[in-house]
Amino acid sequence: MSKMLEPNELTKDILETPSLMTGKSPAKEWMDTPAEFRPGNWCYSAKTKATDALGAPNSRDWSPIDEDWKLPENWQEIISKGFRERLDKFRSFRLFMDICVRCGACADKCHFFLGSGDPKNMPVLRAELLRSVYRNDFTLAGKLLKKFAGARPLTMDVVKEWFLYFFQCTECRRCSVFCPYGIDTAEITMMARELLNLVGININWIMDPAANCTRTGNHLGIEPHTFKKVIETLVEDVEDITGIALNPSFNRKGAEILFITPSGDVFADPGVYTMMGYLMLFEHIGLDYTLSTYASEGGNFGLFNSNELMKKLNAKMYHEAERLGVKWILGGECGHMWRVINQYMDTMNGPADFLEEPVSPITGTKFENAKSTKMVHIMEFTADLIKNNKLKLDPSRNDHLNVTFHDSCNPARAMGILEEPRYVIQNVCNNFYEMPEETIRENTFCCGAGSGLNTEEIMDIRMRGALPRASALKYVEEKHDVNTLACVCAIDRATLLALTQYWAPDVEVAGVTEMVANALVMDGEKEVRDHDLRDEPYLGVED
Amino acid sequence: MELVNKLSEKKQEIVREWIRKTMEAYPAESLAVLNRNKNQFANPLSHTISENIDLLFEELLSEINPEKVAPILDKVIRIRAVQDMAPAKAISFVFDLKGVIRDALKDEIQEKKSFRELLTVEKRIDQMALLSFDIYVSCREKIYQIQANESKNQTHMLIRRVNEMDKQNEAR
Repeated sequence: MSKMLEPNELTKDILETPSLMTGKSPAKEWMDTPAEFRPGNWCYSAKTKATDALGAPNSRDWSPIDEDWKLPENWQEIISKGFRERLDKFRSFRLFMDICVRCGACADKCHFFLGSGDPKNMPVLRAELLRSVYRNDFTLAGKLLKKFAGARPLTMDVVKEWFLYFFQCTECRRCSVFCPYGIDTAEITMMARELLNLVGININWIMDPAANCTRTGNHLGIEPHTFKKVIETLVEDVEDITGIALNPSFNRKGAEILFITPSGDVFADPGVYTMMGYLMLFEHIGLDYTLSTYASEGGNFGLFNSNELMKKLNAKMYHEAERLGVKWILGGECGHMWRVINQYMDTMNGPADFLEEPVSPITGTKFENAKSTKMVHIMEFTADLIKNNKLKLDPSRNDHLNVTFHDSCNPARAMGILEEPRYVIQNVCNNFYEMPEETIRENTFCCGAGSGLNTEEIMDIRMRGALPRASALKYVEEKHDVNTLACVCAIDRATLLALTQYWAPDVEVAGVTEMVANALVMDGEKEVRDHDLRDEPYLGVED
Repeated sequence: MELVNKLSEKKQEIVREWIRKTMEAYPAESLAVLNRNKNQFANPLSHTISENIDLLFEELLSEINPEKVAPILDKVIRIRAVQDMAPAKAISFVFDLKGVIRDALKDEIQEKKSFRELLTVEKRIDQMALLSFDIYVSCREKIYQIQANESKNQTHMLIRRVNEMDKQNEAR
């Protein structure tokens, strides 16, 4: 929503501006329509506490609504040089700048476009914001023909437009699925954000967690003793509900496996139920694992800022695995952590030769896909356990849940984890319903707030971006009485919660491992285990 | 009511025009894309607007039943309440219907002097508009609640931890 207008402004606005009331459409073309900053349509800029800690360029106090963004005097030169360096360094980037034929296949595939109707949210046009400058500065046609060749010079208005729109892309890559040339629009956004970062234009919701992560090991900036205490509190909760005493270890050298999950699972509601689920699962199979209070974050907000920061945060997990002398790393339910591991880790910090090729100590299965990264996804691990009949499950314990599954963009599109979570869900609960085909698997719609955009000041943008996912969810809610939206991503567990509260308030959000733990029949559990991990009664149990 | 019969006859034309006017809130460059595929899941914006405007028009043909009309209005307004438009613009599509009807039935109204009937129909539109105010405000309130809840959820365990520490301190 825009700011509330004064009565005289409102009259003018209604009677004169292009709108359905006046019947006028905006008369200017996109290139001539400058970015407008209004409350709720931009992310808060990074605070110096975070940018100083990270040594980010041009650290200063500034706000996007200020006329003067306090850029260095030679900002154009810095961006232009950065552009050139990236074109030379990343051949994919140069290719993506050159080969788009503007066929429009991607135009209606972006959740932000579908929810807003803003043409600059069409992936082709969003990329054009950058391409127009590329043409102007780096191609002969652009230099000669200027606007006729779709070129425009880099001005402050252009920079402001980049800020507005490249922080309205969640790097979900749905548009890339439909691009006949396979242009990865997410990587275009990544490059644009890197260029902005060079002159100190970045957002607090990305820089603050990244700074915390370098300091304490996790996004929230929680120190080791609190991290440990919070997990012990969850252990107490598990004992209260199930009667089972767990005893996880921390920073234990010589453990076979290091388990790393996003800190959202440790601190946030409803992520904590998934955390309780991991601990119960590991107890059930007698896994020799440890948690780290230093590598206490699976997420990597560096991915949303620059490849250097992504590399630094990723390296921390591997350093810790090396220090503890574990054989390999097991990773929890996270989205973008897996994009980093699966697509970038190997050439960034890999191969992790100091670790062993992952083999499940319970089933003996070799995870050949993780031969180089040495990191296995919890869904691969659990699906293998179920396939080999290593879990004692009673799916009827989830009969109070009618479940649908949201494919999180990164595990689905960046990693191809499509079958494993479905296989697990179908083995731990009896009522599973798919959302419509065009909204799941590779075609999945984003939660509307990935890539560091899960910040509350842009809730309107997030909610309109969530519209396509919500409309598929609403459909299965009405058709199958679905009351649970499951996912394997900690950010989704937070962002989908906002989505359901606005669009489908009767639907709860859950992690898949939470449902696994509900169904686990464990040695030593209470004689009558009749409540799930949220302390909700199982079906048929009176509370 | 004769005018209502006429409205019913001209439903297709009126609904088409009402949808067109409602969609005019979005820039022309977007409309070319938004109009090409109205699949419920691939393009929920156009689909929701088209489907529910059709349903709203049906409701206009008899006395307004708020319990029936509000959920239909909610579908459209819930979307527009989070789009980048001022409150007045978000619900102006309801008022737009007056102009669409007057244009479509111009000759009929003048010939038959059916102004009284027209006022009855327009009163129903006003009732829809009043419901729209309520729905719009409830959508915005929901957004503010979600913003507040989100901060609490993200630090759920830390809040619990602080509370426990407080209890322990008191016990000492």
